[in-house]
Amino acid sequence: MAEFNTSVKDQGEISVVYLKGFLDAHTASNLENTFSGLVENNKYKIVVNFKDLSYISSAGLGVFMAFIEKVRENAGDIKLTTMSDKVFNIFDLLGFPLLYEIFNTEDEAVKKFEENK
Amino acid sequence: MNGKNKHTTKKLIIKSRTENLSSLREFISGNAYDAGLTANDIDDIILAVDEACTNIIKHAYKSVPDEEIIIEIDYNSKKFTIKLIDHGSAFDPETIPLPDLQRYLKQRRVGGLGLYLMKTLMDDVQYISVPGKYNQVLLSKNLNSSQA
Repeated sequence: MAEFNTSVKDQGEISVVYLKGFLDAHTASNLENTFSGLVENNKYKIVVNFKDLSYISSAGLGVFMAFIEKVRENAGDIKLTTMSDKVFNIFDLLGFPLLYEIFNTEDEAVKKFEENK
Repeated sequence: MNGKNKHTTKKLIIKSRTENLSSLREFISGNAYDAGLTANDIDDIILAVDEACTNIIKHAYKSVPDEEIIIEIDYNSKKFTIKLIDHGSAFDPETIPLPDLQRYLKQRRVGGLGLYLMKTLMDDVQYISVPGKYNQVLLSKNLNSSQA
């Protein structure tokens, strides 16, 4: 069975979420739980690092859609970083770069939050 | 049939559970590789089949587990085709317009992106639905342009 897991690193008021493995209709609930946990704890400044994500389907993309509004209503954002070309292409195909800021490195995404304080 | 037009067919039957998506992807990947498709085309096909199967599990079978999904691969030197058959609720893709993505994203709609991906990633997508009997989705990718 394909593995997927997330881990969260707190960096001041910013939460960096690391994705690993295969994000599909089966594993999307895992990411939902991670985002729900952050939102419940009023952590709305979220950076998602895609470095170790091998695969994403629309069910995975849907999780980002489900949380972005709530996060932005609370003066936060979900910023995305370090995507492989393969994963970026899927985001791009669906027009997500219009909706989300995508950075090459985690540092750039974190800095963007810090600049906008 | 001569060697040039030789068809290879493979079949897999899975239960309607999302945990089976990973073994479905492996089945597609191995056969697409054997067919001589490029890595990019293989990625496209894997995602399109994952989306088709996810739609069957969620919509045709309404997430009821242990229903059957039949996946048949047929390829020759020109075309790689995957047929997915289920016996769940009928589906008419014509009733689902392809989304205006700009508007779609603004509305933050979660579902429906799978069909858009399938149509974008594959050369041909066809649905046949016989209400009360079966639904069939046929996904095809041409090999000609992708052959090195």
